[in-house]
Amino acid sequence: MSSHTKLSFAHPPARPGETPDFSALEIPAAGALPVPRLDIAAQDCVEHANSLIRVMDDRGEAVGPWADYLSDMEPEALREGLRHMMTSRIIDMRMMNAQRQGKMSFYIQSVGEEAIACGFQRCLKPGDMNFPTYRQQGLLIAGGYPLEKLIGQFYSNAYDPLQGRQLPTLHSARDYGYFTVSGNLGTQYVHAVGWAMANALTGKDNIAIGWIGDGSTASNDFHTALLSASSYWPPVILNVVNNQWAISTYTGVARGHGRTYAARALGYGIPALRIDGNDYLAVLAVTRWATERVRAGHGAILIEWYTYRVGAHSSSDDPSAYRPKDEAKAWPLGDPIERLKQHLILSDEWSEARHVQAEAEILAEVIEVQKRVEAAGTMIDPKPIPGASIFKGVYADMPEHIRRQRQEMGV
Amino acid sequence: MPHLTMIEALRDAMDVMLARDPQVILFGEDVGYFGGVFRCTSGLQKKYGEERVFDTPINESAIVGLGIGMAAQGMKPCVEIQFADYVFPAYDQITQEAARIRHRSNEQFSCPLVIRMPTGGGIFGGQTHSQSPEALFTHVAGLKVVQPATPYDAKGLLIASIECPDPVIFLEPKRLYNGPFNGDHKAPAQSWKTHALGDVPEGHYAIPLGKARIHREGEAVTILTYGTMVFVAEAAVEKAGIDAEIIDLRSLLPLDLEAIEASVRKTGRCIVLHEATKTSGLAGEIIACVQEACFYHLEAPIQRVTGWDAPYPHALEWDYFPGQDRVCRALEAVMEV
Ligand SMILES: Cc1ncc(C[n+]2csc(CCOP(=O)(O)OP(=O)(O)O)c2C)c(N)n1
Repeated sequence: MSSHTKLSFAHPPARPGETPDFSALEIPAAGALPVPRLDIAAQDCVEHANSLIRVMDDRGEAVGPWADYLSDMEPEALREGLRHMMTSRIIDMRMMNAQRQGKMSFYIQSVGEEAIACGFQRCLKPGDMNFPTYRQQGLLIAGGYPLEKLIGQFYSNAYDPLQGRQLPTLHSARDYGYFTVSGNLGTQYVHAVGWAMANALTGKDNIAIGWIGDGSTASNDFHTALLSASSYWPPVILNVVNNQWAISTYTGVARGHGRTYAARALGYGIPALRIDGNDYLAVLAVTRWATERVRAGHGAILIEWYTYRVGAHSSSDDPSAYRPKDEAKAWPLGDPIERLKQHLILSDEWSEARHVQAEAEILAEVIEVQKRVEAAGTMIDPKPIPGASIFKGVYADMPEHIRRQRQEMGV
Repeated sequence: MPHLTMIEALRDAMDVMLARDPQVILFGEDVGYFGGVFRCTSGLQKKYGEERVFDTPINESAIVGLGIGMAAQGMKPCVEIQFADYVFPAYDQITQEAARIRHRSNEQFSCPLVIRMPTGGGIFGGQTHSQSPEALFTHVAGLKVVQPATPYDAKGLLIASIECPDPVIFLEPKRLYNGPFNGDHKAPAQSWKTHALGDVPEGHYAIPLGKARIHREGEAVTILTYGTMVFVAEAAVEKAGIDAEIIDLRSLLPLDLEAIEASVRKTGRCIVLHEATKTSGLAGEIIACVQEACFYHLEAPIQRVTGWDAPYPHALEWDYFPGQDRVCRALEAVMEV
């Protein structure tokens, strides 16, 4: 018998019908890792890229040097952060229902990952530009984007700032630092680096922020962006949201035999940190540190946010077909809303009663906006945007052949 | 008025725009210090500094993707892909991103990006230095596609492209970089420097995108062509002694429908000539436009003369290239009816 080499195929620790198993997860104690110097180099980042920065301990208490780094944080700001995450979750719940009712074609929720986008946004300045994926809607919610525009985009009706041209959740909001989201995974990562380069070249003080999912780190453009950021060292933060799943494909397929996504950046000479993405305080602290670093001209940085995608990938997906049904409940890093809530209760800045009341208020607000937006048309009761909109904005000026096609359409 | 080669004219266009507009920057493989493998950007880094003209890693997706990010921010990048054959790693960025950003964002963002690339054969470049991929771009709404045939047009069209608020694929026929081509590889090479079409005014001038140029006026038949083939057509017309009108399309997307239709209505006969492969090539599209608008003016079936449906062969370039003889045969065929 001839011997031959064998391939390695990545498998999640558990499949449907099996018991969720996160025993392989190494979770260091909160507060274990120091706050690095702003100008830290990749080779000095090995621990930060391979471990996990956590601020809140299991009780909800903020401990360690990263907590000190946040010591000037007002409780009111944290309560606001909690509200953003709750708003995001309530919108997700309402919109998933609306999709099930046939009122909209498609929806992508971010349940379980709210802390990352909602927290990150708090450290940005006007003029900074995110290059998000479909799952960073929290950036808009925490950035005060009008809810009727946000929700109008899902319904592709008169409230939609994009006039029905994009799939739901692929927003574009220049004034809110939100680049037009592409349906092609990974492409935006390079644009973020280009935007950051342009900022540096034209003397603007703003920064750019790239966002990508763990699965999409396998795309050409992830590597293209890292290489470009490494070559030119522009003011860019490159985020990887590691939520363990790329639709049904386990994160180990994209990660390969690498240990973490953060560590992957070190080979490009880009310093990197790995963070508990369900810890709102860790998100705030690390984002504050990273934005300071980048604004100070110390160059690009990559952040891996370690989290878990609680919901389905999209409204078209059924995760019970590929992972244990109650896996999300077994996820050891908890729920970001619950954790911040506990932290605030522990410091007497919040209570169960206030939480229930806040939930009711947010729900009422979302329902009110949703009703108003739905009145302008849903898929059940369509009030279409005029078809001529198709031809608008293909070019700055309409060329003759498109003018003729518009006439042919009869509009 | 100075006589310039097309390379010099292109360089001059970039020079003019770098001087005029601080938002204009150039980058690409070997573009900075060395001035590009065809030397189109020679001397520009020295003149404008490394922040305006610089080298990139060999990553076409980066060249275009970075350009998109910069353009969306308000800069005007004019980037070089070393050969059109190497644009495909950036095809996704061009067709799905650059072309669509204005439309999908409802004009919140735009992409004033120029992507220059040498195109076509005639320099013994083999399969991966000779392709003419224009049809792969003219199929994409949101792009503009341009190809000059003379140094004068090269400069004016490149300036217009840099000033264009939308992404432009700027195809440079490398066989015409140093002089026109009459379709006969044994004939001595002519230089633009001794050729009237090498006249290039100094300073700023722009040739509007979307407008064709009548290269030779005639009454008997219209030849619609562009790039290197303009000169092949010219030689064939002289050889055949037929009073053909040669239209240099210059802008491949959008096409100058009015100029095309006016000429075909006048002559009643039409040949479309290009170097790119035949099947699903741009000629098919142009012929369909002519059919739609000029059917009742046509005296004969439209002819198409193109490269063969085969990869560009290194040693057999002259068999691949649609030379004068093939154009002459088409002229005879179209005049027979
Ligand atoms: C280039 C490209 N290939 C495939 C897809 C289809 N697709 C959409 S989402 C997705 C999974 C992405 O996973 P990940 O990057 O981990 O992000 P997540 O959805 O988990 O946030 C795939 C394969 C796509 N949109 N674009």
